[in-house]
Amino acid sequence: MRRFLRPGHDPVRERLKRDLFQFNKTVEHGFPHQPSALGYSPFLRLMAIGTRSGAIKLYGAPGVEFMGLHEENNTVMQIHFIPDQCQLVTLLDDNSLHLWTLKQHSGTSELREEHRFTLKGPPGSPPSATQITAVLPHSSREVLYLGTESGNIFVVELPSFRVLEDRTITSEAVQQRVPEEYCNRRSCELVEALREHPKNPDQILIGYSRGLIVLWDLQNNKVTHHFLGSQQLENLYWQRDGSKFISCHYDGSYTQWPVSSDNRQPEPLENTVPYGPFPCKAISKIYWQTTRNGLPYIIFQGGMPRASYGDRHSISVVHGSQQTAFDFTSRVIDFFIIFSSEPTAEFDDPSAMVVLAEEELVVIDLKTAGWPAVHPPYLASLHCSAITCSHHVSNIPLKLWERIISAGSKQNIHYSNMPWPIDGGTNIAPDPPQRDLLLTGHEDGTVRFWDASGVCLHLLYKLSTVRVFLTDADPNDNMNTPGEDEWPPLRKVGTFDPYSDDPRLGIQKIYLCKYSGYLAVAGTAGQVLVMELNDEDAEHVVDHAEADLLQDQEGYRWKGHEKLKTRDGPVRFEAGFQPFVLVQCQPPAVVTSLALHSEWKLVAFGTSHGFGLFDHQQKRLVFVKCTLHPSDQLALEGPLSRVKSLKKSLRQSFRRIRRSRVSSRKRRGGSGNASEVQEANAKFDQEALQEMELAPVQRKIEARSAEDSFTGFVRTLYFADTFLRDSSRHCPSLWAGTNGGTVYAFCLRVPPAERRMDEPVRAEQAKEIQLMHRAPVVGILVLDGRSTPLPEPLEVAHDLSKSPDMQGSHQLLVVSEEQFKVFTLPKVSSKLKLKLTALEGCRVRKVTVANFGSCKTDDYSENDLAVLTNLGDIQIISLPFLKLQIRYPCIRKEDVSGIASCVFTKYGQGFYLISPSEFERFSLSSKWLVEPRCIVDIPEVTSNNHVHNKSGMENAARKS
Amino acid sequence: EFRRFSLERSKPGKFEEFYGLLQHVHKIPNVDVLVGYTDIHGDLLPINNDDNYHKAVSTANPLLRIFIQRKEDADYSAFGTDTMTRKKNVLSNVLRPDNHKKKPHIVISMPQDFRPVSSIIDVDILPETHRRVRLYKYGTDKPLGFYIRDGSSVRVTPHGLEKVPGIFISRLVPGGLAQSTGLLAVNDEVLEVNGIEVSGKSLDQVTDMMIANSRNLIITVRPANQRNNVVRNSQTSGSSGQSTESSLPSSTPNILANFLQGEEESDEEDIIIEDSGEPQQIPKAAPTSESLESLTQIELLHESTQNGFLPSNEMNLNHSAGSISMEYEVQDPEHESLEEDETIIKL
Repeated sequence: MRRFLRPGHDPVRERLKRDLFQFNKTVEHGFPHQPSALGYSPFLRLMAIGTRSGAIKLYGAPGVEFMGLHEENNTVMQIHFIPDQCQLVTLLDDNSLHLWTLKQHSGTSELREEHRFTLKGPPGSPPSATQITAVLPHSSREVLYLGTESGNIFVVELPSFRVLEDRTITSEAVQQRVPEEYCNRRSCELVEALREHPKNPDQILIGYSRGLIVLWDLQNNKVTHHFLGSQQLENLYWQRDGSKFISCHYDGSYTQWPVSSDNRQPEPLENTVPYGPFPCKAISKIYWQTTRNGLPYIIFQGGMPRASYGDRHSISVVHGSQQTAFDFTSRVIDFFIIFSSEPTAEFDDPSAMVVLAEEELVVIDLKTAGWPAVHPPYLASLHCSAITCSHHVSNIPLKLWERIISAGSKQNIHYSNMPWPIDGGTNIAPDPPQRDLLLTGHEDGTVRFWDASGVCLHLLYKLSTVRVFLTDADPNDNMNTPGEDEWPPLRKVGTFDPYSDDPRLGIQKIYLCKYSGYLAVAGTAGQVLVMELNDEDAEHVVDHAEADLLQDQEGYRWKGHEKLKTRDGPVRFEAGFQPFVLVQCQPPAVVTSLALHSEWKLVAFGTSHGFGLFDHQQKRLVFVKCTLHPSDQLALEGPLSRVKSLKKSLRQSFRRIRRSRVSSRKRRGGSGNASEVQEANAKFDQEALQEMELAPVQRKIEARSAEDSFTGFVRTLYFADTFLRDSSRHCPSLWAGTNGGTVYAFCLRVPPAERRMDEPVRAEQAKEIQLMHRAPVVGILVLDGRSTPLPEPLEVAHDLSKSPDMQGSHQLLVVSEEQFKVFTLPKVSSKLKLKLTALEGCRVRKVTVANFGSCKTDDYSENDLAVLTNLGDIQIISLPFLKLQIRYPCIRKEDVSGIASCVFTKYGQGFYLISPSEFERFSLSSKWLVEPRCIVDIPEVTSNNHVHNKSGMENAARKS
Repeated sequence: EFRRFSLERSKPGKFEEFYGLLQHVHKIPNVDVLVGYTDIHGDLLPINNDDNYHKAVSTANPLLRIFIQRKEDADYSAFGTDTMTRKKNVLSNVLRPDNHKKKPHIVISMPQDFRPVSSIIDVDILPETHRRVRLYKYGTDKPLGFYIRDGSSVRVTPHGLEKVPGIFISRLVPGGLAQSTGLLAVNDEVLEVNGIEVSGKSLDQVTDMMIANSRNLIITVRPANQRNNVVRNSQTSGSSGQSTESSLPSSTPNILANFLQGEEESDEEDIIIEDSGEPQQIPKAAPTSESLESLTQIELLHESTQNGFLPSNEMNLNHSAGSISMEYEVQDPEHESLEEDETIIKL
């Protein structure tokens, strides 16, 4: 046993290991979890997104990505780019400011935190005195103006964050010339917005929460104009020429104010409640964009009638007589408009609106009639319906790739053709080495095909299995196209839709044969669909068969969900993967394993009751095998779905608690209150801890027995052409491994191609192996005479793999959660084993054969096992000698869903979910590495100082 | 010497007659011998009364393998669980006892009559405050029957006393193997599982390790009650005046490793059913000559105690009045010959 703990230190091997294996987390795909802030630099053409966990991510042209993490892991409240610089400032919810810089380092740009700073008041002052509410990076690039809850505005120097005390704008100074009757003690409380004058950098507009707005002259340190707003202020926006500005308010109104030298206390030009007259929600942010044709774009967030549409997350765009209220699927975090950044341009001429909602990014093309959405090349909402499984296919043949893309392009015709408007930086990464597909199965019965070759995970095609079934919700039911005179003119945008009509539709297993284009998917209600790629729309009947997995068992009642009802008659399918066979398992328990052999035209599937083999050429069930222990009532009744739903409801209630705690802390009203909440939280945590100590967790120590529950649960299925009966003749075989440590082997007789339709496929049980330790079997693999894993079906036929060695003797590798065991074939005798759990206390969660190439020479590569354990470690184990090569900590062991979601690729890469919406990509290979490599050059700064005003306009103190 | 002869399976007769027959067949009429047989698990078990004689005959399928040893140089350690899978050693002990110069054993009762369920091992190489307990789950239907929990213990470190996290036994299931041995108790701290330290491992990891080793679980504990510790020096212990023998081998730190390696070959035998439908144990490097067909597990120990026929050393164990310590001494690592000493330790 010890021999495994002390691997021989062969220096040659050690050196080779360095050339083969290397662990890197390379890039995060998908949409950031819990985004909390948005920023944009028209100068760099980069977008920044901050999250509640303190991450900050920058995106530009596809492939240009940067990521930073605040040490404190606090919520990012605001992000502001410094005009004309590769710098940005973030404000966290602990009131700290952080300066980040994009620096070039050995040919690529890197995002680094340079400085941090917390504003401190004089001793004894309340925390609200320095609680920052608004940030204005001045176009001089030398100072930041920091508006606070107390109404004072502090000035700090950049990049040192030194406070310039003599330049502080106190509320007393502002109040001096405010008319007596307007002025009360609280008019200067809380700075809501700070805006620099678009033409005159010496003037800044200051908006206070109670409605007072003043124009401050920085040169003379005094107020030049007073604007006596009567409504609680939300935000401000300058018009391009600086002659007017617009303010928006809590009551759902917005107001235009003139700025002229002759009137120091002007009256508003126009006061509008766009969705009045009934009480409306606040307008929290507004843009006024000028155009060549004279009609401005007025774009504002919120303002919906409180009673009837108060729950909508909307942004309205008004352009002349056109008005649309874009209705988002989740809360709007923030948005910005991309408009002409030419300093000499006379008009804004907005081109696109970029909206960061809580669950997705939506970009609207404002130049094309009808304002269509733009398909984002990154930041895909992986979780638009919850991900239930994933499947990775490496090295897709070009032909299949093109057909999938063509099927997908037909689904995307409603998107705008506009090139992606956020295009800063240059992607200098080499082209990905091969075409890779990541398939994700979702709760709503869809399978999404992602281009996973490079840094940008991009949706190619979406497949829905729903059409095969009759569901309660008619798909055409909820297409509520608003009538012409509908008011407000709401229009749904975005794809996030977490509510599944029917959880039984959920996809559980996917298998794609990249050579033949056959796809098998299996779902929650025991449905198994076999599909074929068709480039045209087609209407046909799906052949339907039932597999009764409880054949010999009598008198049991399935208490789980019913099987899905199928549509009678022909069904119309769009171009792409079209189902032609449906097998439904009876009882309709969730499908737990799936295997497809495209050469033999066979599909195998397993549930908690047993497994079956279906011939999809002859459309005939070959056999079923019940694996259920007669006394296993739990598995019979089908509690899996119940357990799952309980887990889900628990998770949701926890999420609710957390959300209410976070949101109560987040509202900034009175920091005293906030600290109270924090205290209460700390107390709550402590109580929870104490509770845990009172009832210590116990673990039962007991050997597994045949009577345990779910021993019949089929965990893995495997097709192999090997020596099952005797060492002279090999034959097709099907292998199945169960939760109870049993391996079944069936000998198959597949008729030769010319008689394939005439003779039936036959199967006969040849072997049954009961592992004495009874741990669940998670992987089965046959190694050929050269100890190489057998190739995939059709791989040899396509000349992509050497033929397996059928001369030497084959070996069988059985991987259980606890052990790796090599057996001889055809006489099964134990040859070699690695007892992982006994040695290390960890258990195998995922295992795959991966090919590792040397980064030094092109002519060396080897196959190893990539293993993920329940502790989140990744281990590489050699074949066929089962020696541990290397171990890397990868996922936190508490992150159960992350571990469950992990998929390995065939070339030593992997993906796992770090949140419901994000995949982390990692690499175990020194040779294959997909990571962002990009460069951001500082564009030429024109002598005209007006470039930066566009960025200045982004500096809204947002309210979320 | 080998003899082959047949018996009437339906009428095996009495043990006395069988014993006489053996003496006759081997032409050793006046020599006291120990009679043993290999049961279906490959264990060498004794035949010394009618009951286990009948059992042996009834389980013979079709061959009954019997080993006969001269009583004075008999090796009692040969009997018990896993003995046949350590066959090399057993055979060398049984068949060529003269190869070993051994001290004669002091036989107090007849531990050789039983299949062990638990033992204290490695007493010689462990600190007195620790106890290494082996639970033989193999061949019994009794549950292991205990629970573990997280806790903290105080350690002496260079920086003084420190509280460190540890794993403790939290509950013993009545009637379980753990409780019936009396060797483990609630609040005993678990230090090692099958030779691997648990410090730094989580409760779940330790749980998984124990379950993975459940067929042959060796746990090293620091008993909560330190008064029942094994005391090596017999002179200081003997309030009863019973002499205790304890041969101290010249300390071999790799004992456990060797022991485990031997174990590894034997602790589990996967069952394979070929297409004929007949279950077989997967053959090992040295397959037994007889094919073992039936897989029902019998609990010899259980029966004999229930029958009350035998003077029961097991009862002693149950009452914690005494415990068996087996010490393993490696004489020749090449041959991996093991020698066991039974030592009764007075509490």
